[in-house]
Amino acid sequence: MQNLLLDPTFISVSLDLLAGFGETLKIFFVTLLISLPAGLIIAFGSMSKIKPVKWLCSTFVWIIRGTPLMLQLIVVYYGPGLIFGQGAGLDAYLSTFITFGINYACYFSEIYRGGIQSVSKSQTEAGLILGMTKRQIFFKVVLLQVIKRILPPVSNEVITLVKDTSLARIITFYELIFFAQRYIKNGGLLWPLFYTAVYYLVFTAILTLLFRFLEKKLSYFKV
Amino acid sequence: MSYLEIKNFIKSFDKTEVLKDISFTMEKGEVLSVIGSSGSGKTTLLRCLNFLESPDGGKMVLDGEQLIDADGKAKESEKALREKRLNFGLVFQSFNLFPQYTVLKNITLAPTLLLKTELKELKKTLKEEKKPRREIFSILKERKETKKREIEKEGGLLLDKIGLSDKKDAYPDQLSGGQCQRVAIARALALKPKILCFDEPTSALDPELTGEVLRVIKSLKDDGRTMIIVTHEMGFAQKVSDKVIFMANGIIEEQGSPDELFNNPKSEKLKSFLISNNDKEGI
Repeated sequence: MQNLLLDPTFISVSLDLLAGFGETLKIFFVTLLISLPAGLIIAFGSMSKIKPVKWLCSTFVWIIRGTPLMLQLIVVYYGPGLIFGQGAGLDAYLSTFITFGINYACYFSEIYRGGIQSVSKSQTEAGLILGMTKRQIFFKVVLLQVIKRILPPVSNEVITLVKDTSLARIITFYELIFFAQRYIKNGGLLWPLFYTAVYYLVFTAILTLLFRFLEKKLSYFKV
Repeated sequence: MSYLEIKNFIKSFDKTEVLKDISFTMEKGEVLSVIGSSGSGKTTLLRCLNFLESPDGGKMVLDGEQLIDADGKAKESEKALREKRLNFGLVFQSFNLFPQYTVLKNITLAPTLLLKTELKELKKTLKEEKKPRREIFSILKERKETKKREIEKEGGLLLDKIGLSDKKDAYPDQLSGGQCQRVAIARALALKPKILCFDEPTSALDPELTGEVLRVIKSLKDDGRTMIIVTHEMGFAQKVSDKVIFMANGIIEEQGSPDELFNNPKSEKLKSFLISNNDKEGI
């Protein structure tokens, strides 16, 4: 490995960066796995009729969306150790997954909330009049319309996430950018860092196509 | 005792009194039109009848059953509310069809979901009776299949009725406004409401499309349906109604036969309302 860092070939760099991109993908997928459902819970919380719940959720969303993700990473990673003494903290993996998961859940919750509120009133009333239960109205009437509506903003967030993963490097999560920087440190080689752009671009291209496909799938009706 | 009796309905939003002591009755098979300028409380009245709003005071009795007693103030379960709501159907001004479903599915969705709820309850009672699993399964299956067939058949008949059989697989955004409103009427009819309500059913339509909707409503009258129609179509109200209510500022200013109200208005408010409406039609 050391050898290839000092005297790299194009192939060896490509494979090395691919391994780094694998780490990046871990952040990407785990974050989505946490944040997509958690966002829904927060969205319902911030639309709740129970005032304290609503207040709590809105404040939480405000704090998370109002501070830099990088700062949140640092707080979660170093905070516990500083407060409770060394060894109290989480490792870089867990800190990254939790912070990214919560951060993106808050962004998604706002997208969900907007989507649900834009669809629901008249459609909910139509469902109520027809004797449907609240559950049936949500799942059979509102949900698909909400999904159709929020697909563009969700795709935006998801693509932002691909690039935000590089922030995890700050708390020693070894992802794609970190892998590329090793070449600068060890041999003064800059091009692998530039080369990482290709990985991000290819992946976002795949995601863009995927979302376009989904949008097309739902184009048989209009909301 | 009349078929529907509304007694002393009161409703306020914040500090604004929208309904001030509304009382009226209607008989089975009658068509009642509610007219009046915007903001007179017509739509709120309709929404109270359909349990989309709950009146702050008043009583409602339908077919001998007391459905609303706002003075009692007992909070009702969602289930009870749902069952009461099914006594009424409502056709919205803006149709509110479900865009992701075909015309036929729009009509059959609610009956299908009701069937599901019904089957769930049936399953529970059968289980309590300790019937063998096999038997429960076959009872439920048979019931489901016959009912489903009925729902589909009924949907087809309703499409015939509104003259849109050829559009059964179309989606709402492929239809004209008039066609959408006819589907909305069929959708409401599919649940066999005792009273069908219309909230300005033609107000969102281009003038050339109102005719087809009004014709469907007229044909429902010929079938003997009990209907309450909030409308701005004075000519239509005069032709189709058995009884007309004129509302102004949250009270019933005048009520009676269409002939009395349109040809012999007594209150000054109704007179000026009719004149301003004629003026509009004159332009």
